[in-house]
Amino acid sequence: MTQATTALGAKEATPYVDDVIQKFVIAATFWGIVGFLVGDYIAWQMAFPVLNLDLEWFSFGRLRPVHTSAVIFAFGGNVLFATSFFVVQRTSRASLFGGAAFGNFIFWGYQLFIVLAASGYVLGITQGKEYAEPEWYTDLWLTVVWVSYLVAFVGTLYKRKEPHIYVANWFFLAMIITIAMLHLGNNLAVPTAIFGGTWWRSYEVYAGVQDALTQWWYGHNAVGFFLTAGFLGIMYYFVPKRAERPVYSYRLSIVHFWALIFLYIWAGPHHLHYTALPDWAQTLGMTFSVMLWMPSWGGMINGLMTLSGAWDKLRTDPVIRFLVTSVAFYGMATFEGPMMSIKAVNSLSHYTDWGIGHVHSGALGWVAFVSFGALYYLVPVLWKRKQLYSMRLVSYHFWVATIGIVLYITSMWISGIMQGLMWRAYDSMGFLQYSFVESVAAMHPYYIIRATGGVLFLTGGLIMAYNFYRTIRGDVRTEAPYEAPATVIARS
Amino acid sequence: MATNAEKDPVTGQYTTGHEWDGIKELNTPLPRWWMGVFYATIIWAIGYWVLYPSWPTLNGYWAGTLGWHSRSQVVQDIEQAKSAKAVYLAKIQEASLEDIVKDKDLLNFALAGGRSVFNENCAACHGVGGVGAYGFPSLADDQWLWGGTLDDVRTTITYGIRNSNPNSRQSEMPQWGGGDPLSDEELNNLAEYVLSLSKSSSDQAAAQKGLPIFAERCSPCHGEAGEGSQAVGAPALAAGIWLYKGKNQKAEIISQVKNPKGGVMPSWTDRGLDEATIKTLAVYVHSLGGGK
Repeated sequence: MTQATTALGAKEATPYVDDVIQKFVIAATFWGIVGFLVGDYIAWQMAFPVLNLDLEWFSFGRLRPVHTSAVIFAFGGNVLFATSFFVVQRTSRASLFGGAAFGNFIFWGYQLFIVLAASGYVLGITQGKEYAEPEWYTDLWLTVVWVSYLVAFVGTLYKRKEPHIYVANWFFLAMIITIAMLHLGNNLAVPTAIFGGTWWRSYEVYAGVQDALTQWWYGHNAVGFFLTAGFLGIMYYFVPKRAERPVYSYRLSIVHFWALIFLYIWAGPHHLHYTALPDWAQTLGMTFSVMLWMPSWGGMINGLMTLSGAWDKLRTDPVIRFLVTSVAFYGMATFEGPMMSIKAVNSLSHYTDWGIGHVHSGALGWVAFVSFGALYYLVPVLWKRKQLYSMRLVSYHFWVATIGIVLYITSMWISGIMQGLMWRAYDSMGFLQYSFVESVAAMHPYYIIRATGGVLFLTGGLIMAYNFYRTIRGDVRTEAPYEAPATVIARS
Repeated sequence: MATNAEKDPVTGQYTTGHEWDGIKELNTPLPRWWMGVFYATIIWAIGYWVLYPSWPTLNGYWAGTLGWHSRSQVVQDIEQAKSAKAVYLAKIQEASLEDIVKDKDLLNFALAGGRSVFNENCAACHGVGGVGAYGFPSLADDQWLWGGTLDDVRTTITYGIRNSNPNSRQSEMPQWGGGDPLSDEELNNLAEYVLSLSKSSSDQAAAQKGLPIFAERCSPCHGEAGEGSQAVGAPALAAGIWLYKGKNQKAEIISQVKNPKGGVMPSWTDRGLDEATIKTLAVYVHSLGGGK
């Protein structure tokens, strides 16, 4: 806890609702490990298909949505709830609207959504829409929980004692509103029971390419608003807070915020290049994706440049390392994305592992790392501990996870580009050079490297969970402390 | 500027004067390079919209000044690829299979084309390189169920085996070899005899007892000495190459006598391959190992 927080807290003595945030932190840690574990298990299945045990519940097709939903909605979602409730209360100097009871309803309601969704996938109940697999009744329940979230968040902002709304809250609010719109728009479905079928399944109201376009309008903006806007909100609070530096540029935050949310919503069609989607829609998807490059980098600049005057903290604070590295990965992924949306590049990269590598450089490098940084900040504050159990363990987590990411994304770059090149290779007489199955066989070693990277990333998550457990118990590890920067300067 | 704005000693910028939970913001101007690149991407996008199909209108969409369309692009690409191969394909169409094999250029083209078509259409069952699998014959050895000459191979590919095409190769192994059901002991003796044809029987006495059953029920198709018959697609049992190969080969033989299986291969002319393409395929398959 920084001195500033203590002083301010003492002055106003606003009773923050923090116990529900503790629950969200524990849930995020738990679901994170579940999500990493299932992801790595299916990564090994790609290399060794026998691992599906010939059982439908363990098959790749059913576990894959368990992985994606667990990491995005269960891990990422709980992190967003925890951080947004923490940040909105403190930057508004107001307690959570609706109090602990409302907060607890949102917490348990959201966990119920996760369990309903995941158990459905394993049993084969799915809409078959990527990242929107839950069936209509789970979707309706999520709507109730999400609207409650909106009410709690906006209600807290409304009660605020600060004259202005802090930038992090703009991003959180944009995330909450847009996700509500996307969720409702993409999940308009009618239970099949009305047509003589079962209540467990539904028909989507859209058909054909319209369904595809709606799906990717949703899918890309789940990335743009859930995994980008929401996590930029996290960055805007925890980076300046941890670095104890002012945000680099208020003007940049305004311009890149509005540019980002205006442009992102158009970018979805780049998932449907060279398909039945009309050319004009493909063009708009591609050009808006390219225009999105600088608005995305605005967030990266504001994150990195906030470190001006505090770069030395990278040496002594592994938590800052997570935060800064996450912003660097954000910058890399948001350059790669617009590049891959260009049709000429997309014709090589689409349907290959390059896409998987791109997603994970964003998901592991940006989303997970900024989450880890925020969680490491939150745990001692929420449980009123002076410090984490061990900073050395944070550093081990950082390095193990970073090496894991590097193995993951480099292997997927290589195998993805190789795949794309093999599929389009012609011999001198104009015949295709390779059969599809030859490209599958060629990917085997890269699948093993990728899954090994996943083991490292999961190991990092377990180290973090252990560190939290000991911190919450109130233990402090006997270890060499990180040198204060002053010592370093004095020595040189 | 707000009255409580203060100068940050590190960057020399002023803050906005606001503070949230100890966090302040600097009023740093937008980086010029950032603005420049942002404007450049916008100008590029506008240019692209003018040239290519882009904005929808009330009754259609802006088609772009280049007249580009992805579907006409595909048609053009396919035409281009076809015309690149047209000269050789025309020659292959005219030439006999024997002439193709003799002409070095045509042979090279046929092998490259046949391999590509094989990988796309045949490898799913017969394996890359025609190595075969359980129930799917290997095409890389010199044992042929329906004949291994260029012409035989072409006929098999064109019309297929046991499908609905009127010219399809047809045959069916009768249950029990066409007679009354056999006892377990008789089945065992027969299977031992079949194994003995390829010198892999471990029970000579039983094999001897199986001989008369084989002679009566099996030899009409599989031949006196198990040499097989390509006219009816009856495998050469003496070759020691098993279409239904198992760890316990005797059990596989008994199973086949009790409940005969017969593989189905589609007619590739019905599946849409043209005559010249099928010729390249025949030349490629013929080259894999054991063409006659």
